[in-house]
Amino acid sequence: MGAAEKLIAENLDKSLFNQWFDQRFETKMAERDAAHVPSLAIIATKGTMDWAYPPFILASTASALGWDVSIFFTFYGLELLKKDLHLEISPLGNPSMPMKMPFGPQWLQDINWKVPNVVMAGIPGFEKVATGLMEQTVKNKGVATIDELRSACLEADAKLYACQMTVDLFGYSQDEFIPEIAGWIGAASFLPQAQKSDVCLFI
Amino acid sequence: MSTNATQSLDTRGMNCPLPILRTKKALSAMAAGETLAVTATDPGSLKDMQAFCKQTGHELVSSSTNQGEFEFLIRRA
Repeated sequence: MGAAEKLIAENLDKSLFNQWFDQRFETKMAERDAAHVPSLAIIATKGTMDWAYPPFILASTASALGWDVSIFFTFYGLELLKKDLHLEISPLGNPSMPMKMPFGPQWLQDINWKVPNVVMAGIPGFEKVATGLMEQTVKNKGVATIDELRSACLEADAKLYACQMTVDLFGYSQDEFIPEIAGWIGAASFLPQAQKSDVCLFI
Repeated sequence: MSTNATQSLDTRGMNCPLPILRTKKALSAMAAGETLAVTATDPGSLKDMQAFCKQTGHELVSSSTNQGEFEFLIRRA
């Protein structure tokens, strides 16, 4: 006979006890679930305009849902924390990116321009033009700008962390970045947060 | 648009996740029990608004589709 079983009086009906325990357990678990604030931890590693969207969309939406949000910006992701956002896209070597005109008649807008890599690489300023077209498309479709989404995250008190190692590696200085950064930290500081989060994403 | 709502919010032309972010912002400035009428054109907002209310505890009193526009009435928790 185990120690726990000895504690239960011999004359107590075990099935009644089990029934009580099951109900109690359910209630306590439900209370725990209700009190639990979900959390999201994102590791943002990309610094182009297209890749800036997933972390900020997910983070701002999670904040709106009342979640605790933290994002660790590392390597090229640090670009997303700059005071002046100059995010660009590069269609070069990205066959998945649709290349469509954001203006003109509908038949023209519907054409997906398949520009060969060798042509893209050879035209100076191709990425600037592609970025300009993408910015126009974002505007036309009522999609938020990265700046707007970042502000929404900050307003909702999402914690934005910058990777100190990358700052050193790329020769940045801290005053190039927004003052709202929650901390200049390393992997050892972010991983314990990520461990406790309900959702953890590497983007 | 419901005329009896405490406040109304126009998110027409905005795309995911802006309607949700604006709704959340409007609701946080309101008192419990007050109602917010939201208009949207983002087709994703139909599912998103349900999920938002379910998660945050606000009551989605009604949602309807009207000629490509979506109308939601939300009571603040």
